[in-house]
Amino acid sequence: MRPFTVSRPADARSAIAAHGADGAVAFIAGGTDLLGLIKDRATLPEHLLDINALPAMATIDARSDGSVRIGALARMSDVAAHPLVRQRYPVVSESLLFAASGQLRNMASIGGNIMQRTRCAYFRDGDGLPCNKREPRSGCSALHGLNRSHAIFGWSEFCIATHPSDLAVALAALDASVHVRGLQGDREIPFSEFHRLPGDTPEKDNVLGWGDLIVAIEIPARVEGRASHYLKVRDRQSYEFALVSTAAAVETDAGSIRSVRLAMGGVAHKPWRLGAAEAALRGLSLDDEPHLRAAIAQSFIDARPLAHNAFKVELAQRCVLRALQTAGART
Amino acid sequence: MSINRREFIEGAGLVAGSIAVTGALEAAPPVTLEQPVTRVPMTALVNGQRRTIMVEPRTTLLDALREQLHLTGTKKGCDRGECGACTVHVNGRRILSCMSLAVMQEGKRITTIEGLERDGKLHPLQAAFVEYDGFQCGFCTSGQIMSGVALIEEARAGWPSAATADVTKPFAFVDLSAREIRERMSGNLCRCACYPNIVSAVIAAAKEV
Repeated sequence: MRPFTVSRPADARSAIAAHGADGAVAFIAGGTDLLGLIKDRATLPEHLLDINALPAMATIDARSDGSVRIGALARMSDVAAHPLVRQRYPVVSESLLFAASGQLRNMASIGGNIMQRTRCAYFRDGDGLPCNKREPRSGCSALHGLNRSHAIFGWSEFCIATHPSDLAVALAALDASVHVRGLQGDREIPFSEFHRLPGDTPEKDNVLGWGDLIVAIEIPARVEGRASHYLKVRDRQSYEFALVSTAAAVETDAGSIRSVRLAMGGVAHKPWRLGAAEAALRGLSLDDEPHLRAAIAQSFIDARPLAHNAFKVELAQRCVLRALQTAGART
Repeated sequence: MSINRREFIEGAGLVAGSIAVTGALEAAPPVTLEQPVTRVPMTALVNGQRRTIMVEPRTTLLDALREQLHLTGTKKGCDRGECGACTVHVNGRRILSCMSLAVMQEGKRITTIEGLERDGKLHPLQAAFVEYDGFQCGFCTSGQIMSGVALIEEARAGWPSAATADVTKPFAFVDLSAREIRERMSGNLCRCACYPNIVSAVIAAAKEV
């Protein structure tokens, strides 16, 4: 790794001030993504701010109103195993358990999880091949290269990468919010507005700027939370990123859908919410597969597959159907 | 004269290295030395002993263990968090030492494969790996064992996994099936494919630990 220095700020204020003052500085918590990026020279910070000693940022508070506030430094394994997270939002616990490995889940923080950068091989393995995310305006090698694992929604000619986080998909489905502390004070970012589409600036994955520190993620009480499920389809059964994945949460009334929340991973530069399908599914029976399929298809009218990933369009719809039915069986 | 495998390999490397240098003298590329990097002190409890070392901030825990503390039982496989060969315990939890900086371990309790035995006796999982032939070449073995020991503790603490049928229900230790163990060990790759025997060893040890 290229040399860098490390310091350990004692409080959030000094961490934010140091981060905001210098573009060559990065926060490090678990380090499971950042150190890989540094080793692959995809990012080369000169100074790391080890935020693990910041006070009161690793707690998981399950409140009596049914919401849960997860400190940004809570580890994936702690959140996944938390009894109230498992009961209130099994989709969150499952999305974490289906990600990475036991060792990585013990290290990786929740804040870092949603800050993960894409697994696009052209971004990670920069042997001189163009990548707009790595080197703005250099071009996208994946657009006419090997793009089996890439996006089918919302991509631009500048970038066709997908977001790798499983947890982010579950949080998008539940309309969680990201609590951020910055140079101008605290703010709350709705999850759907946290990650960006690539447009002509794919080097920016999300809306955070210098000096912004994620302090917590809040999941509101959701009537659909209990009957929820995360289904991940991948090339290996374990320890692999998603080809496509679905977070489904559903409230039913005598077997028919009263309300449903659906988000997908592996299909876009951000967790992809299926708004049209959610609306069309209302009132349908969970056993009525032909109509469920037709309703889900409403969200795939604008799918734009690439040379090697047309299979994802059908695979994704089957993934949604199975996730929805599995979630519904939990009621 | 007794010589261990490591000393033999290091000696052989020197011989091979000197041949290569002799043969390539005229074409030797210019050597560029990197800027000297300031080292900082790091103190941790390693296998029960308080150890202080001077490390570069960029040094991984893995490199610090192997190169500075000479605990070479922990292996460097991929150095990218993909193979699990470098698994150690920090404060009782399994982690990947290749994806962790040594300077971030200040004051932590670190256990490597060298620290598993008690009073000269192998840990039950180490003994089970011998009993059940849990390895061939052995390169992944210390990582497999460190992972397996932690896995048993995690299951005892009631942690679910991706193989758990229903995460909303409590996980009981008796639910630790072969399928559960395969899923929980998926972060440790074995190119010799000793997986069935590794699972057998973990099942056997889980009954003893």
